Amino acid sequence: MTLPAYAVEHLSVVLQGKEILCEVSFSVETGSSLAIIGPNGAGKSTLLKTLLRLTRPDRGGIQLFGKNLLWYNRSDLARLTGYVPQAGEGNVPFPVETFVLLSRYAYLRPFSHFSETDRQIAREAMAQAHVEALSDRMLHTLSGGERQKVYIAAALAQQPRVMLFDEATAFLDYRHQVEIGELTEALRRETGMTLIAVTHDLNQGVLRYDRVLALKNGRVAFSGTPEGLLEKGRLESIYDTPFRFLKEPGAETLFVVPGGHAS
Amino acid sequence: MKTKTTLLSLSFLALVVLLGAPFVGITPLSFSHVIEPAGGTMDAVVFWHIRLPRVLTAFLAGSGLALGGMAFQALFRNPLATPFTLGVSGGAAFGAALYMRLGIAFAFLGIPGGTWAAFAGAILVIVAVYGLTRARGGFATTTLLLAGVAFSYFLSSMILALQYSASLHDSFRLVRWLMGGLGMVGYDAVLNLFPLVVTGSVLILMLTNELNLLTIGEDLAMSRGLDVPRTKKVLFFAVSCMVGGIVAVCGPIGFVGMMAPHICRLLVGSDHRSLFPATLLFGGTFLTACDVIARLAFAPAEIPVGVITALLGGPFFLYLLLRRDSGSLLV
Repeated sequence: MTLPAYAVEHLSVVLQGKEILCEVSFSVETGSSLAIIGPNGAGKSTLLKTLLRLTRPDRGGIQLFGKNLLWYNRSDLARLTGYVPQAGEGNVPFPVETFVLLSRYAYLRPFSHFSETDRQIAREAMAQAHVEALSDRMLHTLSGGERQKVYIAAALAQQPRVMLFDEATAFLDYRHQVEIGELTEALRRETGMTLIAVTHDLNQGVLRYDRVLALKNGRVAFSGTPEGLLEKGRLESIYDTPFRFLKEPGAETLFVVPGGHAS
Repeated sequence: MKTKTTLLSLSFLALVVLLGAPFVGITPLSFSHVIEPAGGTMDAVVFWHIRLPRVLTAFLAGSGLALGGMAFQALFRNPLATPFTLGVSGGAAFGAALYMRLGIAFAFLGIPGGTWAAFAGAILVIVAVYGLTRARGGFATTTLLLAGVAFSYFLSSMILALQYSASLHDSFRLVRWLMGGLGMVGYDAVLNLFPLVVTGSVLILMLTNELNLLTIGEDLAMSRGLDVPRTKKVLFFAVSCMVGGIVAVCGPIGFVGMMAPHICRLLVGSDHRSLFPATLLFGGTFLTACDVIARLAFAPAEIPVGVITALLGGPFFLYLLLRRDSGSLLV
């Protein structure tokens, strides 16, 4: 049996006296994918940041590939986990290539410079995310969707075993949503990478993931397969709003539409 | 390619200013007299013992202040954050002023007490400012700058109190020093500054990748494998070394630290591997040139170089503040 990528037990996080996460437990098998969903303020982003040790847990433990997350040093952690935040804001005054190359920092020996190998890996990552044509452009001149793909390329250049996405498709137009969805699908199929994604979009994303974790008020409201999520009453209780389930004629896939009256 | 050309031009400019500045002054010097091996001539004394150390001090101070500003701008991700605007220079000035006022004189490890006092003052303010940025788990740009202004005011009134309680002679010395000047220096000043500015610069030079990572934001930097707290500590130490040393010798000279890195970003971009040499060269050249203006503008009277940099820097600060994207960090 292989070690799970993440094993989270009784995790609690308190920020400024407010309990953001409470007794959260779950595990993510290596090579599988997990979608984290839930209403605004449920603690999704905090959970993702805690998994990356950008936020410290107050209670409970997180094991990354069988080793306590707190025992890793930063560069070892960066070789295992790649972080794709929302690329909306955050002004980065670098050209795309420089930005992606910076992701090789964790592989750098002290006081040395990026090698030709590092450059090669950065180029491959840019090709994988279809942004090689943008390599000389400044990041702040790119559109939101282009920038998001560059952020994915940068995380890929870290050659991580787990990629963590924080609402990477929110605020993007449909074309970019689809492109990024396909990109992550391809990563999963071809590289066997473990994916963890915070997402809002139930239809585009969630149903394609192996597992779903739903948070509500910092607690686990649901943990299981996407099919289980669609059981009657589940989504309603998570989001406190009615949902309708539509079936495309001739297809098996269910579509979830918030609002209206649950039938 | 363009960057290389720019760096070469900046080196050339620095060389011209370094070689030219000692010859410029109210008494024109003749080149042949200066290099006469016998020395002894009036021109040689003025050149070797008065103007050259002064020019070297100006260059070292300018480079150090500019690099300190560059580091702070990356560290706080804010174009207006410099040791001067965040009150760190003020802290160093208070430390040095207190040392002067108390009239104790000591040296430790070959570094004079005034420098130690300034270094301590700088560190204290940095710790306080850093504490503020951590206090609420995050910080807004404006809060940080306002806090810096508050620190500066507080410290300058403390210095005023020191000055008020001092004798007329000490008080005058304090005032002149506080305006930021390079007038009273000899080779002692150069020797005091050199190790501190070099230490600070080398530390910053070793951290150019780290500075680039800090520029993209702390969370992202950490996720790329950067030990952010450790990097910050080293940078704070480096900047305190330089600012402490410079303030103790030249007084708090403002705005070099803010203007030089920004102008260099426009010239070579934000990648610290080219920004570092550009800022070092430009900062040094700029302050040396300002000092020449300070010596000549109202000759034979001399105005403190801090007045010149502030006259140029004030409007530049406003320009940055009023620029449409001033809130948007470092672009």
